[in-house]
Amino acid sequence: MKSEIQLTFENCKRENRPALLTYTVASDPNKKKSLQIINSIARYADIIELGFPHSTPVGDGGQIQTSSNRAIKNGFKMRDSFQIANKFKKNYKNKPVILMGYYNMIYQYGENRFLKDCKKSGVSGIICVDLPWPENKDFAKKCKKKSINFIQLLAPTTTKDRMKKIIKDSHDMVYYISMLSTTGGKLKVSPRKILENYKKIKRMNSKKNLVIGFGITEKTIKSLKSADGLVVGSLLCKTITNSLKMRQNPVTKLDKVVYNLKKKII
Amino acid sequence: MSLKIKKGIPLIDQHDKNGMWGGKFGGNFVPETLKKPIEDLEKLFSKLRKDQSFIKERDYYFENYVGTPTPLIKLDNLTDHLGGAQLWAKVVSENPGTAHKVYACIVHCLIAKRAGKRYVCTDTGAGMQGKNLAMVAKKFGLRAKIFMGVRDLVRQKKNVDVMKKYGAEVVPVTSGSQTLVDAVSESMRYWVANCQDVHMVIGSTVGPSIFVKISGYSTSQISRELKVQLIEEFGEIPNKLKLLNCVGGGSSAYGFWSEFIDYDKKHVSLIGVEAGGSKKSKLHAAPLSNNSKLGVLHGAKAYCIQNNDGQIGETESLSSGLDYPSVSPLHCFLKDTGRAEYTSATDEEALNAYKLVSKLENISPSLEPSHAFATAISLAPKLSKDTILCIDSCGHSLKDSDIIKEKLGFYTE
Repeated sequence: MKSEIQLTFENCKRENRPALLTYTVASDPNKKKSLQIINSIARYADIIELGFPHSTPVGDGGQIQTSSNRAIKNGFKMRDSFQIANKFKKNYKNKPVILMGYYNMIYQYGENRFLKDCKKSGVSGIICVDLPWPENKDFAKKCKKKSINFIQLLAPTTTKDRMKKIIKDSHDMVYYISMLSTTGGKLKVSPRKILENYKKIKRMNSKKNLVIGFGITEKTIKSLKSADGLVVGSLLCKTITNSLKMRQNPVTKLDKVVYNLKKKII
Repeated sequence: MSLKIKKGIPLIDQHDKNGMWGGKFGGNFVPETLKKPIEDLEKLFSKLRKDQSFIKERDYYFENYVGTPTPLIKLDNLTDHLGGAQLWAKVVSENPGTAHKVYACIVHCLIAKRAGKRYVCTDTGAGMQGKNLAMVAKKFGLRAKIFMGVRDLVRQKKNVDVMKKYGAEVVPVTSGSQTLVDAVSESMRYWVANCQDVHMVIGSTVGPSIFVKISGYSTSQISRELKVQLIEEFGEIPNKLKLLNCVGGGSSAYGFWSEFIDYDKKHVSLIGVEAGGSKKSKLHAAPLSNNSKLGVLHGAKAYCIQNNDGQIGETESLSSGLDYPSVSPLHCFLKDTGRAEYTSATDEEALNAYKLVSKLENISPSLEPSHAFATAISLAPKLSKDTILCIDSCGHSLKDSDIIKEKLGFYTE
């Protein structure tokens, strides 16, 4: 049986557009609002990435750090990510939710218990920032057994040989990090160059759905629209931060931002 | 499976193919972007270790720049005062960088040069790492970027001034607790974004396994010297020898002990002293002596102060250099195999130890080694006169003069 993630990409392909993936942090700015946010932006987003915030996110820049700290300060607990996902799935039965975060959180929760709760709450995939290949081999296998997508990451520094091995062990979706940067960095590589790398990876296995993330904003998204999918994260976290500063409702603000992003790629 | 240390092989090399010690500690839990730079560094380091010209160069700088060996001295007055075991100190701080950090900074800069990198970056807590890297980088014509928590910038200002004097760029870190843990995170982030031009240095035996190895490889110089000095002094390795060292990340302790790990623990016992924090507070920076759970931080699996969810816990110590929630995988391994034992000393005990040692002796340990002195002072009276307590005085107190003045009302160098 095809996974929800696979079906989503196929659907987008039929519509001749990339999938739009949004990343927001669970419980940012609080549990209730973060659910409202994803409920609202899911009208435009194809796949919802929900971050479980960590206190020491070494791969993330300032925007996601701020969101993560806010969520933790507001009492985030690991079980909240499952509850948020579960409630979301009641409204959007077929829209995939991907949980994303750092390995220590999964490790402390217990890998098996984590996967069991993913399954129960309708989570379709997992991205673990600091569990690279081959360290992730065992966990990725466990995910596959549970029909949960373990999403492998590729970076501009990943060698061709290594890419081949990683792609071989990947499931339906692979995530290409556009540039050498933490999340939220300014796009310092030309979209043309990014797409060149993207195509090289696609040539290794055209069946894998390859998404591009890092540095994607309202300004850059259009130039990358030939990809299978595009991930926007830091921009959304920043929007939440700014709307809180301005005492505006982050839900309506984010709704507008994601609507505009979507408009640029259809 | 019970963990076991192999004899005749340096502990830094006793890891498996995943960079894990005892299959349990260490590893490389890093973002994908860093896998290649780490692999490159692993290859280069393993090549350089066998390269005679590299070793010659390293030894040249150790001898002529650090000035080896650093002195091993008997603390006669302190010994008389306490009435029990003999107290000795290896005054590692007697070098131009006033701390053991100088060894790894030299090795890292030599590696950076061979890798063709022009920039180096690092984290610093007490500022000793920052100061040493700034100093050594300048000597080798490299540009240094030092990440330091804002809280530490204030409390260790003296070292910050020195870093700037050597032309390093000091980057204030405002995230999280604004201490060492955040400085390490920020330095790693900087490396993620600039790994093609920058060589990252981690200030202790923590982080992805290659950094644990390079750090331990470098500080091992301390115990190579100590072994020779003890034999010169006693004609042999004394029968009842206890080596005491403070443990934050654990690079000085590993370096102080590495040559002695193969000895029976009844012959040479290894005692690590962590930062117990203030007597009045529940917070500390002592994951080993408080049985903290195994966790993943900065690329390595190790015992780590954290909550049930896996969020890294807040730490507290008067000594910035020990103020880190996790600890080297090497020390986790030494603890679980029973080869070393770990205890902690409070801020107050460390301060009192500083006061007594600097009053009675002509040395002035910083707050970090003062933790080890505190434990030595409490142990000595209970031990026989033929027991040798040797303490690694791995940092000089000058950087702490403001804190000491505030707490004790005076500071004399």
